[in-house]
Amino acid sequence: MAADNLPSEFDVVILGTGLTESVVAAACSRVGQRVLHVDRRNYYAGNWASFTFNGLLSWIEEYKAQQEATSPEAEPGWRDKLEEGEEALTLNTVDNFISNIEIFCYVSQEDDEEEEEKSEVAPPTSAQSDELEENGTKEITTTMDEALEQQGHEGPEDKETDEACQSPQEEEPPVDHNQSEPTVDVKKKISYAKLLKEGRRFNIDLVSKLMYSRGALVDLLIKSNVSRYAEFKNVNRILTYRNGKVEQVPCSRADVFSSKQLTMVEKRMLMKFLTFCLDFEQHPEEFQECSEQTFWAFLQTKKLTENLQHFIIHSIAMVSSETLTEDGLRATQHFLRCLGRYGNTPFLFPLYGLGEIPQCFCRMCAVFGGIYCLRHSVRCLVIDKEANKCKALIDSRGQRISCSHLVVEEGYVAKEQRKSIVYKQTSRAVLITDRSVLPQESDQQVSLVTIPPLEASGSSVRMVELCSSSMTCMPGTYLVHLTCSSTGTAREDLGPVVSRMFYEPATPGDEPAGDDRTRPTVLWGVYFSMRDTSQMDSSEYHLPSNVHVCTGPDASLGSDYSIKLAESIFQKLLPDEEFCPPAPNPEDIIYDGDGNPGEGAGFEESPKSMGSTIEDECSRSRPEGKTSEQETETKEADTTEE
Amino acid sequence: MHGRVKLKSTAQQEEERRKEREKKLKVYLATREACFAKRKQGALDEDALQLTQQLLSSNPDFATLWNYRREILLHQETVREEDEVQKLYEAELAFLESCLKVNPKSYGSWHHRGWVCSRLPRPDWVRELGLCDRCLLLDDRNFHCWDYRRMVVKASAVPVDQELQFTDRLIGSNFSNYSSWHYRSTLLPLLHPQSPEVATLCPHRPSNSPTHSHRVCEEQLLKEYELVRNAFFTDPNDQSAWFYYRWLLGRAEREEMISCVYVCREGEKVVVAFSRPVKAKAVGLMLVLDGQPQEVEWVSAPPAVQHSPVWICELPPGTISDINNEHNLTVHWTETHTHRECALYTGRTESWCRDSATDQELFRCELSVEKTSVLQSELQSCTQLLELEPQNKWCLLTIILLMRALDPLGYEKETLAHFQTLKEVDLMRSCYYSDLCSKFMIENTILKMEYAEVRVFSLSHKNLSILCHLDQLLLVTHINLCSNQLIRIPPEFSMLQCLEVLEADDNVIESLEGLNNHLKLEAVSLRNNNIRLMSLLKPLASCPKLTRLDLRGNPVIQNENVQSELSELLLLVKNLVL
Repeated sequence: MAADNLPSEFDVVILGTGLTESVVAAACSRVGQRVLHVDRRNYYAGNWASFTFNGLLSWIEEYKAQQEATSPEAEPGWRDKLEEGEEALTLNTVDNFISNIEIFCYVSQEDDEEEEEKSEVAPPTSAQSDELEENGTKEITTTMDEALEQQGHEGPEDKETDEACQSPQEEEPPVDHNQSEPTVDVKKKISYAKLLKEGRRFNIDLVSKLMYSRGALVDLLIKSNVSRYAEFKNVNRILTYRNGKVEQVPCSRADVFSSKQLTMVEKRMLMKFLTFCLDFEQHPEEFQECSEQTFWAFLQTKKLTENLQHFIIHSIAMVSSETLTEDGLRATQHFLRCLGRYGNTPFLFPLYGLGEIPQCFCRMCAVFGGIYCLRHSVRCLVIDKEANKCKALIDSRGQRISCSHLVVEEGYVAKEQRKSIVYKQTSRAVLITDRSVLPQESDQQVSLVTIPPLEASGSSVRMVELCSSSMTCMPGTYLVHLTCSSTGTAREDLGPVVSRMFYEPATPGDEPAGDDRTRPTVLWGVYFSMRDTSQMDSSEYHLPSNVHVCTGPDASLGSDYSIKLAESIFQKLLPDEEFCPPAPNPEDIIYDGDGNPGEGAGFEESPKSMGSTIEDECSRSRPEGKTSEQETETKEADTTEE
Repeated sequence: MHGRVKLKSTAQQEEERRKEREKKLKVYLATREACFAKRKQGALDEDALQLTQQLLSSNPDFATLWNYRREILLHQETVREEDEVQKLYEAELAFLESCLKVNPKSYGSWHHRGWVCSRLPRPDWVRELGLCDRCLLLDDRNFHCWDYRRMVVKASAVPVDQELQFTDRLIGSNFSNYSSWHYRSTLLPLLHPQSPEVATLCPHRPSNSPTHSHRVCEEQLLKEYELVRNAFFTDPNDQSAWFYYRWLLGRAEREEMISCVYVCREGEKVVVAFSRPVKAKAVGLMLVLDGQPQEVEWVSAPPAVQHSPVWICELPPGTISDINNEHNLTVHWTETHTHRECALYTGRTESWCRDSATDQELFRCELSVEKTSVLQSELQSCTQLLELEPQNKWCLLTIILLMRALDPLGYEKETLAHFQTLKEVDLMRSCYYSDLCSKFMIENTILKMEYAEVRVFSLSHKNLSILCHLDQLLLVTHINLCSNQLIRIPPEFSMLQCLEVLEADDNVIESLEGLNNHLKLEAVSLRNNNIRLMSLLKPLASCPKLTRLDLRGNPVIQNENVQSELSELLLLVKNLVL
């Protein structure tokens, strides 16, 4: 294994491959720091990871087992690696980021007689373990440093790509075409076995976020050229749930124009208000009187109808009823500024799930020389007592690796180093459903649904519904993510919303009847709570000054928190260096005289050249660092190519 | 092993790029020379195709090369089998697509594409329409592509409803698009034409051309009003929607007809006024006097314009001069097969026959032929919008037009107030609004004019900045233009063929060009105007009956010798007030 001969000295060692850690890794590597990036798990992206359906099931199994198992006492083998004046600081070895996991299966678990391929489908348990092994081996054999040696052909990215690439091309067409006769029937017949069989089509994110098209993450992807490692899809609808109905939110000029729910006067009022929000700072006289009041009260003074207030508060500003005027205005402004950059909503979603994004940054880090080890744990940190600095760490193989900075994911910090052990929680639910909450002409829609609190005391729920062309679920299904800040368990918080908006069969496999038919049926669902550490800062931990904690992910819709945190950590590490400057063009790189220009191939090549199968139906956007003019050019080029 | 990536310096990169550019330029120039040389030799071979392709792919706006290419292709057509020709042209289309990628607005490329499609033995119009769809999705205002699309649609007979749906889509994604709205305005009358009964009932329509109806059936019109209302309520500053709205409300065209015939023994003149400007000089206008066609020369008023609503002819001396004779005139306008008769009785020095068209019809052309109920509801929604956007000029203007179409006199006060607001919010166009307002005020005055009193006409104190509709004043003998903002008496003033007295005190008149040859003009009052030079008074000298002139309060009277110069210029003026 590559880890056998790890160098014993690095500038920066990073533990955990979540978004913040990966961005720091890429940024450090990019400016020439020697980076070692390790994760004790066997997959990338930590709390930000995406799993296949089977992967998620086995991950949950493992996760639960891990919670119960008592971690074996560390052998004292590393003691002799310590020198005079040094002490060891142990890390947390068990993930406790997630809790209250509850799984519900609403499809028949019995082998379905209509399932043609039933004989091929192994019983669930064994399928899981198969998948795990397959997955596990793959992950480990493709650590990043090796990938580099193989000239960038086996980054984690490529693994994903190959997999995703093969499935639609090799498997999908026959399967799909065989069953394409009465599509509706096929949908109803989706069984558990089918989900398992098609499990690889799913990319289920632990964290559910969207990318604001002018948010910190998109800006960084463009600036650093990391965007070239991923593909994106526009979120095409903003929906809201009101009076028991799902409605489209008119947020862009085109939406307002074609909206059927607004009266003429409302259209004018809404446009007028939104235009004002775009540069509200220029018109202080309009809102200053209300600066002490809530945004909601402010909207009332503007004589906006209830209809419009709902849309603005819940779906555009996405704030609570307590938010103050200026914060509300700012949120509205941010939303509006993001509109129209890539499509008619402000959001993008990465194909194959959000878990792709940390991996893209890891790839960038690896391209610039970062070394990657998954399933690699750290036994302890070596602290210089006098200076209160972390000098080195001792890994699970007993190797002592020295470093000048250590960046750790919050979850690695042991209880002993924490001042507080009370955490905020985010409630999450992931559902696999049989159709969209608002079926329209095209069944390939990515929608954000904002659901105001069902009761006055509750919190509002954010729902993202993904279609199969986002490469996160199998054709004929939708992947629904629900998120809200916790008051109880995830099931307690989100269950009522799910029951209202979806049909949950009383016994697995039941067909909906009557009114239930108007709602999508849940095929399978999982609820869990996620720890939200975004409120914590360095003062909450007893750690040496050169150990930097990456908190989060936070509960908000965008990723600005994590990107800004990464930037601030980078600036503490390397105050004089630029944060993620654009990667150079391949032709500007000078290769050493050994005639090995192959190294550049890794980043010239489009890692996801397989897009062609989905290209036609989904309007893809690719946030490259281009001016809008160039953007159009490229687009034009694309179309005329066909 | 994992060192920092070494990069070329900026200077190095610059240098490399410069060299690259130089190399490209050299190749380009050499190829161009080769091309021209080949054309000179008259070479029409594949090699020439290759060379031009090389150049055009980097510069698709090189028109000469496209021409050369067409020459070559035409020649190749003659030497190849049909299948080969098809292949050749298909390759040409593929090449053109790559050119359009370089410049999607290249005149040369689009034109050539159209040409290729016209030569193609088996053109694939579906593909071409698809190309237009894609291009317009990227840039919905690329008029080159719009042109090309219309060509494709025409050539392949794409169903009109399909094209209408296409405009629905484009307008849905961005309604600031004249091209889409305009396209709609050409498609709707084809798809939902006004029912023939309605068309014939409508007095403004030339009834002989039902196929050219530009009107749309009412049911569809109501849908369109709804659609466009959505647009201007969403963004009232977007003018494309407002223009479409104006089109929807309809612009009536008055039927071309003779509105008035005037005959006068003195000078033995016949004057004919039309409902709109016509070109009567060459043919079409015929005068029959007492059953005898007359050979007369028609002269326009003002003289020497091609299109005029007023035409004059003089009869041979002695034809109608005897006051004891009765005469019957018929004027034929063969262009629209209409005529008008007029009798000149014994003892009368003059006579006329005027159109009995209701005055309402005279000026409703500007906006609408639409039903009152529709206009009323449109006015309501615009008024609603104005409450929200009191400063919006498009809304204000549309309201004015609607009010005029509904009840010009009843809404006069509101109209004037809206004009005032318009001038304030849109300072740049305040003169335009003044002129428009003048026009409406004159119309209102004409509407108020009693039929019996057509000879005395007052437009004083109306804030007029221009004069118009003068053809309506053919019979006026006394006109009062006092206390306005007029700066000139325009040439069209010569349409007032009966004018005897002109009062135009308290204006800012600088020029009197319209007073030339007023044969009956006796008195002119121009107190407190802005006439500066003696030479500007020359037109008055051409009025043979002018005896009274008041020039008080004009800069011109400051001149020394004004008295003597004036009496020299205006020999006949007995009563000169300075």
